[in-house]
Amino acid sequence: MSDYFLFVGLPYAALAIMLIGTILRYMNKGFTVSSLSTQFLEGKKLFWGSQSFHWGMMFLFFGHLIAFLFPKSVIAFNGDPVRLIILESTAFMFGLLSLFGIILLVIRRKNNKRVQIVTSKMDKVVFITLLVQIISGVWIAYFHRYGSTWFATSLTPYLWSIFAFNPDISVISTMPLAVKIHVISAFAIIGIIPFSRYMHFLVYPIAYIWRPYQKVIWNWDKNTIRIPDKWVKGVRSKNN
Amino acid sequence: MDIRSQMTMVFHMDKCIGCHTCSIACKNIWTDRKGAEYMWWNNVETKPGTGYPTKWEDQEIYQGGWEKNGETVSLKGAGKMKGLKNIFHNPNMPIIDDYYEPWTYEYEHLFEAPEGDDQPTARAKSLITGENIDIKSGPNWDDDLGGTPDYARKDPNFENLSPQEQEAMFQLEQMTLAYLPRICNHCLNPACVASCPSGAIYKRGEDGVVLINQEKCRAWRMCVTACPYKKSYYNWHTGKSEKCILCYPRLESGQAPACMHSCVGRIRYLGVMLYDADRIEAVASCDESELVDRQMEIYLDPNDPAVIKAARKNGIADSTIDAAQKSPTYKFVKEWGVALPLHPEYRTIPNLFYVPPLLPAMATVENGTYNTTTDSLWGKIDASRMPIQYLASLFSAGNGEKIKEVFRKLMTVRLHRRDKTVGDLDIKELNQALADTAMTREEADDIFRLTSLPLFDQRFVIPAAHREEAMEMLESTADVKGNTGFGFKEMPARGL
Repeated sequence: MSDYFLFVGLPYAALAIMLIGTILRYMNKGFTVSSLSTQFLEGKKLFWGSQSFHWGMMFLFFGHLIAFLFPKSVIAFNGDPVRLIILESTAFMFGLLSLFGIILLVIRRKNNKRVQIVTSKMDKVVFITLLVQIISGVWIAYFHRYGSTWFATSLTPYLWSIFAFNPDISVISTMPLAVKIHVISAFAIIGIIPFSRYMHFLVYPIAYIWRPYQKVIWNWDKNTIRIPDKWVKGVRSKNN
Repeated sequence: MDIRSQMTMVFHMDKCIGCHTCSIACKNIWTDRKGAEYMWWNNVETKPGTGYPTKWEDQEIYQGGWEKNGETVSLKGAGKMKGLKNIFHNPNMPIIDDYYEPWTYEYEHLFEAPEGDDQPTARAKSLITGENIDIKSGPNWDDDLGGTPDYARKDPNFENLSPQEQEAMFQLEQMTLAYLPRICNHCLNPACVASCPSGAIYKRGEDGVVLINQEKCRAWRMCVTACPYKKSYYNWHTGKSEKCILCYPRLESGQAPACMHSCVGRIRYLGVMLYDADRIEAVASCDESELVDRQMEIYLDPNDPAVIKAARKNGIADSTIDAAQKSPTYKFVKEWGVALPLHPEYRTIPNLFYVPPLLPAMATVENGTYNTTTDSLWGKIDASRMPIQYLASLFSAGNGEKIKEVFRKLMTVRLHRRDKTVGDLDIKELNQALADTAMTREEADDIFRLTSLPLFDQRFVIPAAHREEAMEMLESTADVKGNTGFGFKEMPARGL
């Protein structure tokens, strides 16, 4: 019963909250959407913590995403033991990198008075969930090898079943505790995205790559304003 | 030709008395808030000095502005590649200690301290942590310290000066200083806009004011690095960057920005200039020696019928063209050529111009005697107290001739006025000065009048913002008939 709650109820609740919550927050509370950088208050110690945590996370996120989207390719890739070992050890290294980063960041938060001042309760929740997520992930990678293969064969079908609205928890409920913790905390993180600074990874400025450098905005179209037949109804401003 | 209108400014450094009234006016209106205590959108620094934030002009440290890259320009410390690479930790960003840690005093303690043997004191408390702090620096910490080793000697502009010239500035008899008031330059090629990964910063098409959309800013902090003038500030409390908005709500209602309105020395001028947006890239990427001249070319003559026609075609209102024709900044910058941009070598094409301070050397020391006689009444430009090369480092990318050219004009105005009011000058000297600067007596009089006796409406020529037209583009005015207007988003309809 509790498995149903944790592996069916929680994922759907988390995904629904994430979807609705982030859209509502983005549309109505745009001012609160920020990475809330603390570099301005403390810049030196942030370097090793932030760089190693974020780059490690980025690699791991896309690794999980690929195993979720293309399980067959990953299994085929791992067919050769050399490639399997390379993939596993690289992923493990990035896991350790994230762990190293997050520990440095926690120490920095705890020890720097200025950074403490701008630390909210939600930030503490973010740190705790991240620690649980990363430690359980590193644990799984070390004690339950080789995750990149068994993830693609057993967890990907579970995740697909969630997204196909036909949840099948037969495999997940037989998994070791560490894996269960990893999955539960992952969905917990998804669920608190709209209420925390996790939100900032959704607004990663990818559009910067293709937009022109300079940006000029006219309140009204300077060429058509005086031409009655080209008059168009504009977009009503938010505060009017 | 793509003609746009731009709000431009001229600050007359000879008239600045360093009273900081502008800074206070700005602070009281805009930055007297948590997280913004340390921000001075308008600040007045003492030159020579390290400025605010410390050594902001040293782009080896802060990597601000653009650098020439073949036929175009690229951002020095930000941009698409560098920006996204450094997004998790920006290596060139100033931190709060480069500005100063804001503080207040524990005034209550003076009243509430328990009875004791000693007088109670009001200790300094950090406005960030609330703890007692020892104040290391503060706003205008180097105010008036024009000859000191800690501040003046560390001025990055000294790099371009010979050791003799540097030493001269620290001789007691020649020691000098000038005030440099700074606000956002609302550049034509803004580095902050280009560096913003989330696209929150933009330039307003109508008047060229550069603004940060607070709803879109995501605290990637690249603008703080990219602005070579360090006029984009990070609010540590809200997690958003902020900058000078040129008091646009005041501009739109026809009032001068608060810093300009409150200026005691009346050093500030504000007006419209028309420019050709097609030329921005070419001007920004031209050779360093040409930067000032090429920037002057980008501003167009608002009385030229061809320019007026093209401006109208581009939708620029007649009232704006009219304001451009009366613009005091156009006169100072283009017509008379006595105002120069601050650090044009950053290649942002700034729209704030300075009339450099004419500080003639009135005395020299010869063999230990203080000699107050000079060859001519007003001294020689070359013997200027503030070395020409120092000013050139500030206002003309190192080209001393530009500064001398301006100084000769300013001197001619003075000679003309001396002749007119006292009449004791050798007329040949005056005529020679007028001929050298290609200036007529009428022109000299105009410069004098706009410098010394301008009326409020001559200092600030602000075109109508045409909000009535803007409003009609945004919505049909009939739609909002019956609305209450202030603060209500809904019709005042009877509830359920």
